[in-house]
Amino acid sequence: MEQHKLTSRFIFIFSLFLLSGLMACQRSDKTENKESLGREHNLVEIIGEEKAILTSPPFVPPPIARKHATKVIIDLEVIELEQEIADGVSYVFWTFGGTVPGSFIRIREGDYVEFHLKNHPDNKLPHNIDLHAVTGQGGGAEATFAAPGYEAVFNFTALNPGLFVYHCATAPVGMHIANGMYGLILVEPKEGLLKVDKEFYVMQGDFYTEGSYGESGLQPFDMNKAIKEQPDYVVFNGKVGALTGENTLKAKAGETVRLFVGNGGPNLVSSFHVIGEVFDNVYMEGGSLKNHDIQTTLVPAGGSAITEFKVEIPGDFILVDHSIFRAFNKGALGILEVDGEENKLIYSGKSEPGIYQPSAEAGKPKKKSEETFALTPEQQLALGEKLYKINCAACHLNDGNGVTNIFPPLKNSDYFNKDITKAIAPVVNGLSGEITVNGQKYNSVMPKQALTDAETAAVLNYVYQIMNESKTTVKPEDVKKVRK
Amino acid sequence: MHFNRIIFIGLGLGLAFSSLKGQQTSYSDGEMAFIPGGNYFPFFSGKEDQEKVDPFYIDRFPVTNREFETFLADHPQWSKKNIKSLFADAGYLKHWKQDSGFESDITMSPVVFVSWFAAQKYCECMGKRLPTTTEWELVAEAGKTRPDGRNEEGFTRLILGMASKPNPATHPEVGKTLLNYYGVWDMHGLIWEWTYDFNSALGTGGSRSDSNAENTLFCGGGSGKAKDVDDYAAFLRHALRSSLKANYTVSNVGFRCAKDADKP
Repeated sequence: MEQHKLTSRFIFIFSLFLLSGLMACQRSDKTENKESLGREHNLVEIIGEEKAILTSPPFVPPPIARKHATKVIIDLEVIELEQEIADGVSYVFWTFGGTVPGSFIRIREGDYVEFHLKNHPDNKLPHNIDLHAVTGQGGGAEATFAAPGYEAVFNFTALNPGLFVYHCATAPVGMHIANGMYGLILVEPKEGLLKVDKEFYVMQGDFYTEGSYGESGLQPFDMNKAIKEQPDYVVFNGKVGALTGENTLKAKAGETVRLFVGNGGPNLVSSFHVIGEVFDNVYMEGGSLKNHDIQTTLVPAGGSAITEFKVEIPGDFILVDHSIFRAFNKGALGILEVDGEENKLIYSGKSEPGIYQPSAEAGKPKKKSEETFALTPEQQLALGEKLYKINCAACHLNDGNGVTNIFPPLKNSDYFNKDITKAIAPVVNGLSGEITVNGQKYNSVMPKQALTDAETAAVLNYVYQIMNESKTTVKPEDVKKVRK
Repeated sequence: MHFNRIIFIGLGLGLAFSSLKGQQTSYSDGEMAFIPGGNYFPFFSGKEDQEKVDPFYIDRFPVTNREFETFLADHPQWSKKNIKSLFADAGYLKHWKQDSGFESDITMSPVVFVSWFAAQKYCECMGKRLPTTTEWELVAEAGKTRPDGRNEEGFTRLILGMASKPNPATHPEVGKTLLNYYGVWDMHGLIWEWTYDFNSALGTGGSRSDSNAENTLFCGGGSGKAKDVDDYAAFLRHALRSSLKANYTVSNVGFRCAKDADKP
């Protein structure tokens, strides 16, 4: 099944991978069975020393080429700074390395790490770091607790491979995390990861501000909202739009992509999904267990996942938290833009654009038109107004002014002239294609409305007589003539 | 005509007097406020842990750069040049000029980059001492209009808002942030302050058997026992204090002095 998805170019790499996987299995049978408890076998000989390359999101340091464990020196600086959480909205973030999420750290299983945490002298508060990759008290939190202007150092051996969250664990912990103090550290398995063309770093976080979403200016942290777990912002990489517009992630059709996905929380669990893609592989919860053909993967607060897929065709693929209001109303949305050749066999695109008009059965008038015959002209207008609000106002708005360039105006509209057929047809038959209203071109779709002849007449009379101050009267029989 | 002139002079005198008086209430070197004491409940523990606080005096303002400079003139062994490395690390008075003195714009700003030893020595030389954490917190609890401000609308939020703003390039003058019920300025939002027993929160507390519970306060950063888990500002202060050592000099840690009420 997997082979089916890969082009011939990748079959070679894939079989190499299979082979190496097989070899790893053979070896692990003897000493490193994943099922067995304890990882002391990773206390291996340390050869050489190097300084870790740290990267800012969405970038990831290059894969580790070493075939042995080494001493890795990591320098991470804590910086408190004010920057935008959305356009025009700023927030005081507490960061690891000046970004939210913090710098991406990449080491190898068995590496011996010397970790330097530096708390910038201009900072207001003490900070520390709890790395979930660390086996030991507080994940290093106690050992790295540093006042502003001070540095703390500790050492650890990376016993378990996987993608781990790190975060600040200084009281009040919730507030430190809510202000952006989290990031990811990848402990590459000894056998390495499958070679891919593109790797990206995406981390979700929820934010709590005194002003609601989009309220401009410097917004202070709102503790009460944080305790109630009601965020104003749920974002990828620390800002609404951190992965859209000019910050869009880019790949070419045919490339393989790996997303290192983390969730800093502090509160929400993410249902991570890429609209228009299926993850070929997911390292569940960032561990060693690989699942396949996944639509949405759960990323716990303080947890991670690695997703791998091939972008077979061009298009914009949307990264979302599929708890979907977070995506469209709170910012948890990013774009992976893929260029290249289309493959109509995989995806045709829209082949026959058109409107779906419900069948005659479904669109059939529900009530007999006689029902409204007995109404006085005033009652008819009142009915028209009521029907307008139910059927028309959603697009053309209550006042009939419409929405510029999208929904044409019905009020003071030159579309409502003496030719009542032109006014009746869209209501009973639907309308699509370009029209000109008050000199402005519109090209949208209007579905036909499920109104009786008399109801259609009533609503059109309301539009004619009230919105356009016209004496034109539409009768049910006029509607009947136009209805197809 | 004559009358008018007298009235005019009288008015002038009155104005001069009131402005002078205004100045006195806004700032005076080492001026102290009386704190009647009372019962204090540490924020991280239950009701059984209340502490009795005797009446005391506390400085109405944090010690300024100018005051500290005056102190150094009389006690040169504590100057930037002479201080023993045991008593302060290399950052001591880092915001001052190379040898001594400082830019005039920070004259009335609180002195920072001072170690606990230097702060305690300063207070001793003034016939005072550093306030205990309990005393300091008792004063800090006061709102604008009453001794326990935590029930005052927006008080906690105000403090938290100030605490989470970034450090300014230079600290503003003392006496500009918040004047509390006791007539004490700047307990919140200007700087952090040394207390006499700043490092006791992590200790196993000789008189207490529940040292375990207190330790979890900082290991996990939260305490299940906390009487007010919403008092994040108090958590911030306790975290800050526990990150310090007595020879540390930090860009936003200064101090004020206190003394027992029976020694006026």
